[in-house]
Amino acid sequence: MEVGVVGYGAYVPRYRIRVEEIARVWGADPEQVKRGFGVEEKAVPGPDEDTVTISVEAARNALKRAQLPPSSLGAIYVGSESHPYAVKPTATIVAEALGATPELTAADLEFACKAGTAGVQVCMGMVEAGMIKYGMAIGADTAQSSPGDPLEYAAAAGGAALLIGKADGESVAVIEATYSYTTDTPDFWRRDMRPYPRHGGRFTGKPGYFRHTLAAAQGLMRKLGLTPRDFDHVVFHQPNGRFPVEAAKELGFSLSQLKAGLLAPQVGNAYSGSTLLGLASILDRAKEGERILAVSYGSGAGSDAFSLVVKEAIERKRELAPKLSDYLQDKVYIDYATYCKFTRKLVR
Amino acid sequence: MRRVAVVGVGQTKFGELWDTSFRQMIIEAGTRALEDAGMSGKEIDAIYVGNMSAGQFIRQEHIAPLIADHSGLAPVPCTRVEAACASGALALREAMVAVASGMHDVVVAAGIEKMTDVIAETGQEVLATVADQEWEAFMGATFHSLFALMARRHMYEFGTTEEQMALVAVKNHHNACLNAYAQHHVELTVEKVLQSPVVSSPLKMLECASLTDGAACLILVPLEEARKYTDTPVEIAGSGQASDTITLGDRESLVSLRATREAARMAYRMAGLEPRQVNVAEVHDATTISEIMAVEDLGFCKKGEGGKITEEGITAIDGPLPVNPSGGLEGRGHPIGATGIAQALEIVLQLRGEAGKRQVKKAEVGLTHNVGGSGGTAVVHLFRRV
Amino acid sequence: MHVPRFWREIPNRYGLVGTRCGHCNRVFFPPRAICPHCRRVGHLEPYRLSGRGKIYSFTTVYSGPADFKDQLPYMLAIVELEEGPRVMAQLTDCREEEVKIGEEVELVFRRIREEGEEGIIYYGFKARPVRGRSQEARPS
Repeated sequence: MEVGVVGYGAYVPRYRIRVEEIARVWGADPEQVKRGFGVEEKAVPGPDEDTVTISVEAARNALKRAQLPPSSLGAIYVGSESHPYAVKPTATIVAEALGATPELTAADLEFACKAGTAGVQVCMGMVEAGMIKYGMAIGADTAQSSPGDPLEYAAAAGGAALLIGKADGESVAVIEATYSYTTDTPDFWRRDMRPYPRHGGRFTGKPGYFRHTLAAAQGLMRKLGLTPRDFDHVVFHQPNGRFPVEAAKELGFSLSQLKAGLLAPQVGNAYSGSTLLGLASILDRAKEGERILAVSYGSGAGSDAFSLVVKEAIERKRELAPKLSDYLQDKVYIDYATYCKFTRKLVR
Repeated sequence: MRRVAVVGVGQTKFGELWDTSFRQMIIEAGTRALEDAGMSGKEIDAIYVGNMSAGQFIRQEHIAPLIADHSGLAPVPCTRVEAACASGALALREAMVAVASGMHDVVVAAGIEKMTDVIAETGQEVLATVADQEWEAFMGATFHSLFALMARRHMYEFGTTEEQMALVAVKNHHNACLNAYAQHHVELTVEKVLQSPVVSSPLKMLECASLTDGAACLILVPLEEARKYTDTPVEIAGSGQASDTITLGDRESLVSLRATREAARMAYRMAGLEPRQVNVAEVHDATTISEIMAVEDLGFCKKGEGGKITEEGITAIDGPLPVNPSGGLEGRGHPIGATGIAQALEIVLQLRGEAGKRQVKKAEVGLTHNVGGSGGTAVVHLFRRV
Repeated sequence: MHVPRFWREIPNRYGLVGTRCGHCNRVFFPPRAICPHCRRVGHLEPYRLSGRGKIYSFTTVYSGPADFKDQLPYMLAIVELEEGPRVMAQLTDCREEEVKIGEEVELVFRRIREEGEEGIIYYGFKARPVRGRSQEARPS
């Protein structure tokens, strides 16, 4: 593979709701929830935020780091399961907001929580084929969960963007390879025109998340002839704070390799933004030469695995846009009523 | 140009006139003005009527011939004049120009607005159409938020306090208690004003003029003809009008209305008068900060001291320069198109010595000040006893 | 606001494109077609603003139009942009107690309003306090 990440950007909304506050309303034991899910609090979108606005800020940050004019983008793909329109692409609004129009292609993607990384693969292919010079892949969500459903503790909002181009001195990281594992496994779904998803409970674990995540990780390492020891950082999709820890253990990774990308305890599950946010968090502090394994998971189901090696350009590009920590430290706690108001759960 | 005088005045009560329609209001105000002038109606050569939003409030456009017709005056030419909240004073100016130029001899200047057939929320949305629709209303700006932004800046630049602003409302409501035609007959205190619900910070509900129904009418003739109709003609000695951007962000300053300053300059120059010669004034207090800025921009005090002179009682009804003896927009109510005419009506009464309990002693020169929207238009008139 | 009217201004609303007078160098945002200072000798061209500025005045709206009911109370500000023009924008991600005149803000891309549940969504700019977020290097 001769493609690299020329720029990256992330965004998490300012508002947080604690597990204690949600548990209070539904009569659950907060300590049990925190233990069971490995989540302390989650990010909530403000009333004027949605997948489009989150994508725009993450993408603008990526462009700043890439130090490229928006017209250089040949493609923009936004992956989400909460596009504001069922018909009318998020990607064109993002393209216009970036100033990338009109000479580019664009589309929206859906694959539960891995639509963002699907977009990364599309851009990789287009760049490698010489069809475009640069492509932007964004994964962003304002995840909706039914009130009182256990999903509510983790379903969060956030997004991240990767600007993909040919691997050269401007790449903050090169992508060595990608490997995907895809089956039809209905572990979690939402029917058209219904507001909230349904899921198979415990079925989402082994047959869902773990089967695909582990297979993709192992498949990639096999393809590259690498083992967990060859990686400095690993990041998985984070539906909660427990699953990635179990996956890491199962594959033979240590908790210290997981640390830099593990955001779920503080942010929750940003769905299509989750893996890419974790990757951005790693890039915010990774050193030249370090190798990263990133494995997404999308219900339905599938996993995309990527191996990246950090390059020298990260040092001079990292500070060109706000880091994830800048967004994470600027947080404000809200109560359940305000959370319902912001996420439009109030009925008139 | 001929000199022009007011020889007849009439108005409806201002308030929520549930039993009175748009058509009935203009007939009532017009009839009273004709009676006051001792005219039958056949003397009228032209009508100018100020109205901002009949199209939005009662979905009726083309109100000028409607008014002429229902007043029994058709085919007399009737012109509808619009400048948001300054529609009334602009109608007066147009009527004055018609007489001064010699185009017409006996001209009615009227104003009317029927605002309460729609619910209050809709009324506020109509009011908000005076703001820049692309760049202010689109963002969620309400009519009162525009003044709130000016108020906060005035407080920041000059140290004007919320208490000083509240005193404007207290003063004007007190004056309105003395005015049988006013909408509000309730004495206020600073505390009551400050505790009323915040509409757009720092402005509270009792600092803002209400949605009101009302109509008012003046009859103008050349000064040389005035004594045919009245023993107490009042001359319109000066008239000024100016425009400014309607977009707050594009204004030179948020603490001064350039349109007021320019319109006042024109009017003072035409009348050969200075601010210190004014004995009584009706200014545009759509909100309390509006009056504070007005007394500064009209030259009654230095920029920034509007709050101070209010606090010192200078503009009280028994002070050296009573401002809004009728109750102003806040006390009398603000039927948008009618306000400019009602302001002039009060000044005419004051100069005639017919203001009863509100009478300002030795009133020889009066001023009216009417502003459109957040300051896009201002119209100033000076009146003189003759 | 009807679709064509909004669509026409998308470059201005999304991209912060105003105009600059080539004669006196004044920048206008929202854009103007005529420079009020230079009039006939003025020459206006599109100009993209940075979005950085300071609060010039602000207010919290407690009573607003139907379209904004769900967002009450919300804050409005006049923002003085670093290129000179002042523009009205909602303030987002802050409360009145947290800001003051002179506070540094940046214009961010947010959802402004929508045409009911079936109409289009209007995006645009709002002002957000910078609050010491790591200073970004200015793009060249």
